[in-house]
Amino acid sequence: MADETAVSDLPSEVTDMIGVPLYHQSADFDVERGYTYNTCAATQNANPVYWDDSVAAEITGGPIAPPTTISLWMRPHFWQPGAEGEQVALQVHFDLKRIFGLPEAVMTDNTITFYDPVRPGDRISNRQVLTSVSGPKTTKLGTGRFWVIDVEFHNQRDELVGIETYTGFGYVRGAA
Amino acid sequence: MTTKLTLDQVAVGDAVPALAVPVTPTTVVLGAIASRDWRPMHHDYKFATERNGVQDIFLNTPNQAAWFERFVTDWTGPTGRLGRMKFRMRDSIFPGDTMTFTASVTDVTTDETGCGWAGLEVTLSATSAERPEPRVCSTCSVRVAVPTSADDNPWSRRGDQWKP
Repeated sequence: MADETAVSDLPSEVTDMIGVPLYHQSADFDVERGYTYNTCAATQNANPVYWDDSVAAEITGGPIAPPTTISLWMRPHFWQPGAEGEQVALQVHFDLKRIFGLPEAVMTDNTITFYDPVRPGDRISNRQVLTSVSGPKTTKLGTGRFWVIDVEFHNQRDELVGIETYTGFGYVRGAA
Repeated sequence: MTTKLTLDQVAVGDAVPALAVPVTPTTVVLGAIASRDWRPMHHDYKFATERNGVQDIFLNTPNQAAWFERFVTDWTGPTGRLGRMKFRMRDSIFPGDTMTFTASVTDVTTDETGCGWAGLEVTLSATSAERPEPRVCSTCSVRVAVPTSADDNPWSRRGDQWKP
Protein backbone atom coordinates (compact mmCIF):
# COMPACT_ATOMS: atom_id res chain seq x y z
CA MET A 1 0.00 0.00 0.00
CA ALA A 2 1.35 3.41 -0.89
CA ASP A 3 2.26 5.74 1.90
CA GLU A 4 0.22 8.82 1.32
CA THR A 5 2.16 12.00 1.08
CA ALA A 6 1.43 15.64 1.62
CA VAL A 7 -0.73 16.94 -1.19
CA SER A 8 1.69 19.85 -1.60
CA ASP A 9 4.35 17.38 -2.74
CA LEU A 10 2.30 16.42 -5.76
CA PRO A 11 1.73 18.41 -8.94
CA SER A 12 -1.81 19.64 -9.43
CA GLU A 13 -2.13 17.39 -12.46
CA VAL A 14 -1.92 14.48 -10.02
CA THR A 15 -3.94 15.87 -7.12
CA ASP A 16 -6.73 16.62 -9.59
CA MET A 17 -6.80 12.92 -10.49
CA ILE A 18 -7.04 11.52 -6.95
CA GLY A 19 -10.47 10.14 -6.12
CA VAL A 20 -11.89 11.02 -9.53
CA PRO A 21 -13.30 8.23 -11.76
CA LEU A 22 -11.37 8.32 -15.04
CA TYR A 23 -11.33 6.52 -18.38
CA HIS A 24 -14.83 5.06 -18.26
CA GLN A 25 -14.93 2.25 -20.81
CA SER A 26 -17.54 -0.27 -21.87
CA ALA A 27 -16.69 -3.81 -22.96
CA ASP A 28 -16.62 -4.63 -26.67
CA PHE A 29 -19.01 -7.55 -26.24
CA ASP A 30 -21.46 -9.12 -23.80
CA VAL A 31 -20.45 -11.66 -21.19
CA GLU A 32 -20.81 -15.08 -22.77
CA ARG A 33 -20.45 -18.67 -21.67
CA GLY A 34 -17.69 -19.56 -24.12
CA TYR A 35 -15.15 -17.88 -21.88
CA THR A 36 -16.55 -19.69 -18.85
CA TYR A 37 -15.90 -23.00 -20.57
CA ASN A 38 -12.48 -21.85 -21.81
CA THR A 39 -11.50 -20.76 -18.29
CA CYS A 40 -12.74 -23.97 -16.69
CA ALA A 41 -11.01 -26.07 -19.34
CA ALA A 42 -7.75 -24.16 -18.87
CA THR A 43 -7.84 -24.75 -15.11
CA GLN A 44 -9.53 -28.17 -15.10
CA ASN A 45 -12.25 -26.65 -12.94
CA ALA A 46 -15.15 -29.08 -12.44
CA ASN A 47 -17.29 -26.72 -10.34
CA PRO A 48 -20.83 -27.79 -11.39
CA VAL A 49 -22.08 -24.21 -11.18
CA TYR A 50 -20.31 -23.73 -14.52
CA TRP A 51 -21.24 -27.03 -16.13
CA ASP A 52 -24.74 -27.94 -14.89
CA ASP A 53 -27.55 -25.43 -15.31
CA SER A 54 -29.68 -27.12 -12.65
CA VAL A 55 -26.90 -26.63 -10.09
CA ALA A 56 -26.42 -23.04 -11.24
CA ALA A 57 -30.15 -22.41 -10.85
CA GLU A 58 -30.11 -23.82 -7.32
CA ILE A 59 -26.94 -22.15 -6.04
CA THR A 60 -26.25 -18.99 -8.03
CA GLY A 61 -29.71 -18.21 -9.40
CA GLY A 62 -28.67 -19.17 -12.92
CA PRO A 63 -25.41 -19.30 -14.86
CA ILE A 64 -22.58 -17.02 -13.82
CA ALA A 65 -19.06 -16.39 -15.07
CA PRO A 66 -16.17 -17.46 -12.81
CA PRO A 67 -15.50 -14.46 -10.55
CA THR A 68 -11.82 -14.33 -11.47
CA THR A 69 -12.72 -13.67 -15.11
CA ILE A 70 -13.88 -10.18 -14.17
CA SER A 71 -11.17 -8.28 -16.01
CA LEU A 72 -11.19 -10.35 -19.20
CA TRP A 73 -14.39 -8.72 -20.44
CA MET A 74 -12.59 -5.40 -20.71
CA ARG A 75 -9.57 -6.63 -22.62
CA PRO A 76 -9.56 -5.45 -26.23
CA HIS A 77 -9.67 -7.77 -29.19
CA PHE A 78 -6.24 -8.63 -30.56
CA TRP A 79 -7.35 -7.00 -33.79
CA GLN A 80 -10.44 -5.19 -34.95
CA PRO A 81 -11.28 -3.04 -37.95
CA GLY A 82 -9.93 0.48 -37.67
CA ALA A 83 -7.86 -0.10 -34.53
CA GLU A 84 -4.28 1.09 -34.71
CA GLY A 85 -1.46 0.36 -32.29
CA GLU A 86 -1.60 -1.28 -28.93
CA GLN A 87 -4.45 -0.30 -26.66
CA VAL A 88 -3.14 0.31 -23.15
CA ALA A 89 -4.94 -1.01 -20.11
CA LEU A 90 -4.70 0.88 -16.82
CA GLN A 91 -4.12 4.25 -18.45
CA VAL A 92 -3.78 6.05 -15.10
CA HIS A 93 -0.66 4.01 -14.41
CA PHE A 94 0.91 5.20 -17.66
CA ASP A 95 -0.23 8.78 -17.00
CA LEU A 96 1.63 8.77 -13.68
CA LYS A 97 4.79 7.37 -15.27
CA ARG A 98 4.68 10.23 -17.77
CA ILE A 99 3.88 12.97 -15.26
CA PHE A 100 6.65 11.96 -12.85
CA GLY A 101 9.14 11.04 -15.60
CA LEU A 102 9.51 7.48 -14.36
CA PRO A 103 10.35 5.19 -17.28
CA GLU A 104 10.12 1.87 -15.44
CA ALA A 105 7.28 0.44 -13.40
CA VAL A 106 6.22 -2.78 -11.73
CA MET A 107 3.03 -3.91 -10.05
CA THR A 108 3.73 -5.05 -6.52
CA ASP A 109 0.27 -6.11 -5.35
CA ASN A 110 -3.04 -7.04 -6.93
CA THR A 111 -6.25 -7.38 -4.94
CA ILE A 112 -9.61 -8.40 -6.41
CA THR A 113 -12.80 -7.84 -4.44
CA PHE A 114 -15.89 -9.58 -5.76
CA TYR A 115 -19.41 -8.14 -5.53
CA ASP A 116 -22.49 -9.10 -7.57
CA PRO A 117 -21.96 -12.10 -9.84
CA VAL A 118 -21.30 -11.53 -13.54
CA ARG A 119 -23.81 -13.33 -15.74
CA PRO A 120 -24.04 -14.23 -19.43
CA GLY A 121 -25.59 -11.32 -21.31
CA ASP A 122 -24.16 -8.68 -18.99
CA ARG A 123 -22.25 -5.78 -20.52
CA ILE A 124 -19.37 -4.82 -18.24
CA SER A 125 -17.82 -1.38 -17.97
CA ASN A 126 -15.00 -0.06 -15.85
CA ARG A 127 -13.38 3.11 -14.66
CA GLN A 128 -10.07 3.87 -12.96
CA VAL A 129 -9.68 5.75 -9.68
CA LEU A 130 -6.30 6.89 -8.39
CA THR A 131 -6.55 6.54 -4.62
CA SER A 132 -3.07 7.52 -3.40
CA VAL A 133 0.45 8.45 -4.44
CA SER A 134 3.47 8.21 -2.14
CA GLY A 135 6.30 10.61 -1.71
CA PRO A 136 9.66 9.73 -3.30
CA LYS A 137 10.86 6.27 -2.24
CA THR A 138 14.04 4.32 -2.89
CA THR A 139 13.94 0.55 -3.24
CA LYS A 140 16.38 -2.01 -4.65
CA LEU A 141 14.86 -1.28 -8.08
CA GLY A 142 15.53 2.41 -8.01
CA THR A 143 13.96 5.68 -6.87
CA GLY A 144 10.38 6.58 -7.65
CA ARG A 145 6.89 6.56 -6.21
CA PHE A 146 4.23 4.06 -5.24
CA TRP A 147 0.64 4.58 -6.31
CA VAL A 148 -2.63 2.74 -5.76
CA ILE A 149 -5.25 2.51 -8.49
CA ASP A 150 -8.72 1.01 -8.12
CA VAL A 151 -10.41 -0.32 -11.24
CA GLU A 152 -14.15 -0.52 -10.58
CA PHE A 153 -16.28 -2.86 -12.69
CA HIS A 154 -20.03 -2.43 -13.12
CA ASN A 155 -22.69 -4.23 -15.10
CA GLN A 156 -25.23 -2.60 -17.42
CA ARG A 157 -27.50 -1.85 -14.43
CA ASP A 158 -24.60 0.05 -12.82
CA GLU A 159 -24.33 -2.60 -10.13
CA LEU A 160 -20.83 -3.01 -8.75
CA VAL A 161 -19.46 -6.42 -9.73
CA GLY A 162 -15.86 -6.06 -8.62
CA ILE A 163 -12.88 -3.88 -7.83
CA GLU A 164 -9.30 -4.62 -8.78
CA THR A 165 -6.73 -2.71 -6.75
CA TYR A 166 -3.23 -2.38 -8.11
CA THR A 167 -0.21 -1.04 -6.26
CA GLY A 168 2.36 0.17 -8.75
CA PHE A 169 5.90 1.42 -8.29
CA GLY A 170 7.21 3.74 -10.99
CA TYR A 171 10.95 4.33 -10.81
CA VAL A 172 14.20 5.37 -12.39
CA ARG A 173 16.46 2.33 -12.60
CA GLY A 174 19.78 2.36 -10.80
CA ALA A 175 19.06 5.46 -8.77
CA ALA A 176 19.09 3.48 -5.52
CA MET B 1 -17.16 -31.98 -7.04
CA THR B 2 -19.57 -33.03 -4.30
CA THR B 3 -18.12 -31.15 -1.32
CA LYS B 4 -20.34 -28.58 0.33
CA LEU B 5 -18.23 -27.33 3.17
CA THR B 6 -19.94 -25.60 6.08
CA LEU B 7 -18.29 -23.22 8.51
CA ASP B 8 -18.54 -25.59 11.48
CA GLN B 9 -16.20 -27.93 9.58
CA VAL B 10 -13.46 -25.29 9.35
CA ALA B 11 -10.86 -24.38 11.98
CA VAL B 12 -7.83 -22.15 12.06
CA GLY B 13 -4.78 -24.19 11.16
CA ASP B 14 -6.63 -26.60 8.90
CA ALA B 15 -4.74 -27.55 5.77
CA VAL B 16 -6.53 -27.38 2.43
CA PRO B 17 -5.88 -30.49 0.30
CA ALA B 18 -2.93 -29.77 -1.97
CA LEU B 19 -3.33 -29.60 -5.74
CA ALA B 20 -0.40 -30.54 -8.00
CA VAL B 21 -0.57 -29.90 -11.74
CA PRO B 22 2.08 -30.65 -14.38
CA VAL B 23 2.49 -27.60 -16.60
CA THR B 24 2.89 -27.94 -20.36
CA PRO B 25 3.04 -25.32 -23.11
CA THR B 26 -0.64 -26.09 -23.68
CA THR B 27 -1.42 -25.23 -20.04
CA VAL B 28 0.16 -21.80 -20.51
CA VAL B 29 -1.41 -21.05 -23.90
CA LEU B 30 -4.87 -22.28 -22.88
CA GLY B 31 -4.79 -20.00 -19.85
CA ALA B 32 -3.61 -16.98 -21.80
CA ILE B 33 -6.24 -17.35 -24.51
CA ALA B 34 -9.02 -18.06 -21.99
CA SER B 35 -8.19 -14.78 -20.24
CA ARG B 36 -7.81 -12.81 -23.50
CA ASP B 37 -4.16 -12.11 -22.75
CA TRP B 38 -2.52 -11.82 -26.15
CA ARG B 39 0.93 -10.76 -24.99
CA PRO B 40 3.58 -12.87 -26.74
CA MET B 41 5.50 -14.00 -23.66
CA HIS B 42 2.57 -16.31 -22.95
CA HIS B 43 2.58 -18.09 -26.31
CA ASP B 44 5.78 -17.27 -28.23
CA TYR B 45 8.87 -19.17 -27.07
CA LYS B 46 11.32 -17.05 -29.05
CA PHE B 47 9.85 -13.82 -27.72
CA ALA B 48 9.93 -15.08 -24.14
CA THR B 49 13.49 -16.35 -24.32
CA GLU B 50 15.09 -13.75 -26.60
CA ARG B 51 13.20 -10.58 -25.62
CA ASN B 52 12.21 -11.27 -22.01
CA GLY B 53 15.30 -13.33 -21.24
CA VAL B 54 13.40 -16.04 -19.41
CA GLN B 55 13.65 -19.78 -19.94
CA ASP B 56 10.29 -20.30 -21.67
CA ILE B 57 6.76 -18.94 -22.02
CA PHE B 58 5.12 -18.56 -18.62
CA LEU B 59 1.71 -18.59 -16.94
CA ASN B 60 -0.06 -15.22 -17.03
CA THR B 61 -1.42 -13.47 -13.95
CA PRO B 62 -5.19 -13.62 -14.70
CA ASN B 63 -4.91 -17.34 -15.36
CA GLN B 64 -3.11 -17.80 -12.06
CA ALA B 65 -6.07 -16.09 -10.41
CA ALA B 66 -8.38 -18.61 -12.08
CA TRP B 67 -6.22 -21.47 -10.80
CA PHE B 68 -6.41 -20.01 -7.27
CA GLU B 69 -10.20 -19.88 -7.64
CA ARG B 70 -10.35 -23.51 -8.78
CA PHE B 71 -8.12 -24.62 -5.86
CA VAL B 72 -10.24 -22.82 -3.27
CA THR B 73 -13.63 -23.94 -4.62
CA ASP B 74 -12.41 -27.52 -4.93
CA TRP B 75 -12.19 -27.31 -1.13
CA THR B 76 -15.41 -25.40 -0.39
CA GLY B 77 -17.59 -26.92 -3.07
CA PRO B 78 -19.88 -24.83 -5.28
CA THR B 79 -21.52 -22.98 -2.39
CA GLY B 80 -18.20 -21.34 -1.51
CA ARG B 81 -18.16 -17.74 -2.77
CA LEU B 82 -14.98 -15.75 -3.22
CA GLY B 83 -14.99 -12.39 -1.46
CA ARG B 84 -11.45 -11.16 -1.93
CA MET B 85 -8.09 -12.29 -3.27
CA LYS B 86 -4.80 -10.50 -2.77
CA PHE B 87 -1.81 -11.94 -4.51
CA ARG B 88 1.85 -11.29 -5.01
CA MET B 89 3.94 -12.74 -7.81
CA ARG B 90 7.51 -13.69 -6.98
CA ASP B 91 8.60 -16.07 -9.73
CA SER B 92 7.20 -17.50 -12.96
CA ILE B 93 5.59 -20.85 -13.76
CA PHE B 94 7.06 -22.50 -16.88
CA PRO B 95 6.32 -25.58 -18.97
CA GLY B 96 8.08 -28.52 -17.35
CA ASP B 97 7.21 -27.30 -13.88
CA THR B 98 4.85 -29.07 -11.57
CA MET B 99 2.92 -26.33 -9.85
CA THR B 100 1.56 -27.12 -6.40
CA PHE B 101 -1.08 -25.21 -4.50
CA THR B 102 -1.14 -25.50 -0.72
CA ALA B 103 -3.06 -23.49 1.87
CA SER B 104 -3.93 -23.24 5.50
CA VAL B 105 -6.87 -21.64 7.23
CA THR B 106 -5.85 -18.46 9.04
CA ASP B 107 -9.20 -17.07 10.08
CA VAL B 108 -12.78 -18.25 10.67
CA THR B 109 -15.40 -15.60 11.35
CA THR B 110 -19.06 -14.70 11.02
CA ASP B 111 -19.71 -11.08 10.12
CA GLU B 112 -22.48 -8.80 11.41
CA THR B 113 -24.81 -9.92 8.63
CA GLY B 114 -24.41 -13.59 9.60
CA CYS B 115 -22.19 -14.47 6.65
CA GLY B 116 -19.51 -17.05 7.43
CA TRP B 117 -15.97 -16.42 6.23
CA ALA B 118 -12.76 -18.42 6.02
CA GLY B 119 -9.40 -16.76 5.51
CA LEU B 120 -6.74 -18.73 3.67
CA GLU B 121 -3.07 -18.20 2.93
CA VAL B 122 -2.38 -19.96 -0.35
CA THR B 123 1.09 -20.69 -1.69
CA LEU B 124 1.80 -21.61 -5.29
CA SER B 125 5.17 -23.28 -5.62
CA ALA B 126 6.92 -25.03 -8.51
CA THR B 127 9.44 -27.77 -9.01
CA SER B 128 11.03 -29.17 -12.15
CA ALA B 129 13.63 -31.73 -13.13
CA GLU B 130 16.18 -28.95 -13.52
CA ARG B 131 15.13 -27.14 -10.34
CA PRO B 132 13.89 -29.83 -7.94
CA GLU B 133 13.85 -27.60 -4.86
CA PRO B 134 10.41 -26.04 -4.48
CA ARG B 135 10.39 -22.35 -5.28
CA VAL B 136 7.55 -20.12 -4.14
CA CYS B 137 6.11 -18.43 -7.23
CA SER B 138 3.03 -16.67 -5.84
CA THR B 139 1.22 -16.19 -2.57
CA CYS B 140 -2.44 -15.34 -2.24
CA SER B 141 -4.56 -14.27 0.71
CA VAL B 142 -8.15 -15.36 0.14
CA ARG B 143 -11.37 -14.46 1.93
CA VAL B 144 -14.07 -16.92 0.96
CA ALA B 145 -17.66 -17.11 2.19
CA VAL B 146 -18.71 -20.54 3.41
CA PRO B 147 -22.27 -21.53 4.40
CA THR B 148 -22.88 -21.40 8.14
CA SER B 149 -25.31 -24.33 7.88
CA ALA B 150 -26.52 -26.84 5.32
CA ASP B 151 -29.37 -24.53 4.25
CA ASP B 152 -27.30 -21.34 4.07
CA ASN B 153 -26.10 -20.07 0.70
CA PRO B 154 -23.64 -17.13 0.46
CA TRP B 155 -24.60 -16.66 -3.20
CA SER B 156 -28.04 -15.43 -2.13
CA ARG B 157 -26.48 -12.37 -0.50
CA ARG B 158 -26.59 -8.98 -2.20
CA GLY B 159 -26.17 -5.31 -1.30
CA ASP B 160 -25.63 -4.66 2.39
CA GLN B 161 -25.75 -8.39 3.13
CA TRP B 162 -22.51 -8.99 1.21
CA LYS B 163 -19.38 -7.51 2.78
CA PRO B 164 -16.38 -9.01 1.02
